[in-house]
Amino acid sequence: MASNFSIKHQPGFTAIAATCFIVLYLPIFVLVVYAFNAASSTSEWGGFSLKWFQSAYQNTQVIDATLRSFQIGAIAAVLSTIFATMAALATTRTASYPGLTFKYAAINQPLMVPEIVTGVALLIFFSRIKIFTGYSGIGYLVAAHTAFCIPFAYLPIRARLENMDLTLERAAADLYATPWKTFRRITLPLLWPGILAGLMLAFVISLDDVVITEFVKSGGQDTLPTYMLGQIRRGITPEINAISTAFLLLSVAIVTLFFFVSRKRD
Amino acid sequence: MPDKPDRNAIEVVNVSKIFGSGEGQVAALDKVSVSIRENEFFTLLGPSGCGKTTLLRLIAGFDFPTAGEILLYGQDIAPLPPFKRPVNTVFQSYALFPHMTVADNIGFGLEMLGKPRAEIKARVAEMLKLVKMEALAGRRTGQISGGQQQRVALARALAPQPKVLLLDEPLSALDYKLRKEMQIELKRLQHETGITFIFVTHDQEEALTMSDRIAVMSSGKILQVGSPWDIYDKPAERFVADFIGETNFLTAAISGVGSGKARATLKSGTTIEATVAEGFQPKDNATVVVRPEHAKLTKDKGDLSGTVENIVYFGTDTHIHVHLDSGEAFTVRQQNTRSAGCGFERGDKVGIIVGNDAAQVLRD
Repeated sequence: MASNFSIKHQPGFTAIAATCFIVLYLPIFVLVVYAFNAASSTSEWGGFSLKWFQSAYQNTQVIDATLRSFQIGAIAAVLSTIFATMAALATTRTASYPGLTFKYAAINQPLMVPEIVTGVALLIFFSRIKIFTGYSGIGYLVAAHTAFCIPFAYLPIRARLENMDLTLERAAADLYATPWKTFRRITLPLLWPGILAGLMLAFVISLDDVVITEFVKSGGQDTLPTYMLGQIRRGITPEINAISTAFLLLSVAIVTLFFFVSRKRD
Repeated sequence: MPDKPDRNAIEVVNVSKIFGSGEGQVAALDKVSVSIRENEFFTLLGPSGCGKTTLLRLIAGFDFPTAGEILLYGQDIAPLPPFKRPVNTVFQSYALFPHMTVADNIGFGLEMLGKPRAEIKARVAEMLKLVKMEALAGRRTGQISGGQQQRVALARALAPQPKVLLLDEPLSALDYKLRKEMQIELKRLQHETGITFIFVTHDQEEALTMSDRIAVMSSGKILQVGSPWDIYDKPAERFVADFIGETNFLTAAISGVGSGKARATLKSGTTIEATVAEGFQPKDNATVVVRPEHAKLTKDKGDLSGTVENIVYFGTDTHIHVHLDSGEAFTVRQQNTRSAGCGFERGDKVGIIVGNDAAQVLRD
């Protein structure tokens, strides 16, 4: 019946959508449920218990890896957001010129290059520096994370800058504000939600990284994801579920915050 | 009107602004020179793309001229950045700072000038009163109406007491009634503050009602500068006559040019007296303009004769379009009365009387 045709209601689409959601969320749901398993199996239910959370909390290796993840994530997020802010300002507050598109591509390169390639490249590059300087601290991880977080921090900041009315900065200059004061009093406050969004996105991306971290880390420099990967190789207990669940909660919290911050207008 | 000394606030000397390079070069301003007197309400009038906004941006400092000087009370300001010029702008989009209150917006310029807090507070209060916005001082700029934003933009630009205030089509976003109100308001503010206003608009009616003097611009050039009366009644060029108001163009043979007057022999054979545009180069045939309201329709013989082609009723008046026997078109505007129609009908053979002081000979 042609008169009843509606692009929004097609037969079968509900089923496809439901399947997609189930495939996406059912495994996560199962993972979360078994985090509360009293038995030490990830597939047989033995009653409700919080003991795996407690055991994870008392596992110094877990705490150690978590703190390292936060430390790297925080430093990398701040550094990459600073670089991304400068890059966004430089690429939006200018007339278009030949090579600008290339610069966009260069900034967003980590989004396109396979992580494994970056990982191997960094491994070789950093090993040379290690030999040369003798330094083998956490700095390599921070540098690597900062580099691949830049495009993620860059995107919301640039979007915010592009939506900002340039006349506002012109008006400030007209009212005797020097370029620095214009930036401090007008551009930065209006850009702030974008910067916060970039910061949080960068933090989550850093927290989540496995591939590059696995290649770059030295002994005893496990982050939470690489620690979990190592544990799984040795056999799984619901402790992994509990850590994952806590990790999931944190990510959801940050992403939700990111959503509200980036949605905030003016 | 405050008395107007002959001191010039702004002198634009041979200013050109060229955008692009090579083949794609466009001259937004082509060797423009104009003087703007202290305390006057000066309007740059022209269609979009004529260069009026470019000239305003050069005076504000948002752009720099390719050639020429811009003098502010004798000092060349053309190379200075905007924050070093004692000139403020009211933007077409108002450009109010959305993260600040109304009062903070108004005080911003003074704060940047490093004025003491107490002085800023007093001046902001004074400005709020001037634009009648005292009640909304603490509001964010997103929480007030378009007309109120307009007032805040004005107060913000006036607060640092600039030597010249630049207004870039500030009324174009307002509805008709509010625009009329703001026109009067702007005149009042200019009168009360005694600041030189440079107003940019494409609206000829706005220009005529508000300005002390008008510069009519087209294609990067200033065609004529004069009082509204000069511009309307004594247009120098075809573009000016055509852009401002409605007018009739007639071809005539010119003779006896002298002391601003000449005799124009129209195609109908009648000779009328006309004023002559400045810079008119004597030639045999020239264009004569007659405003529709300066001509009268008659059923007898007039200076011109023709046939009524169309009659359009406008409420206050009626426009009667006549096809002249010479082949030219001519419109007469006739004031309406309540009692009767305009007295003519389509197809009527009519005469047109061009008044004694109605015709102007253009220079092109």
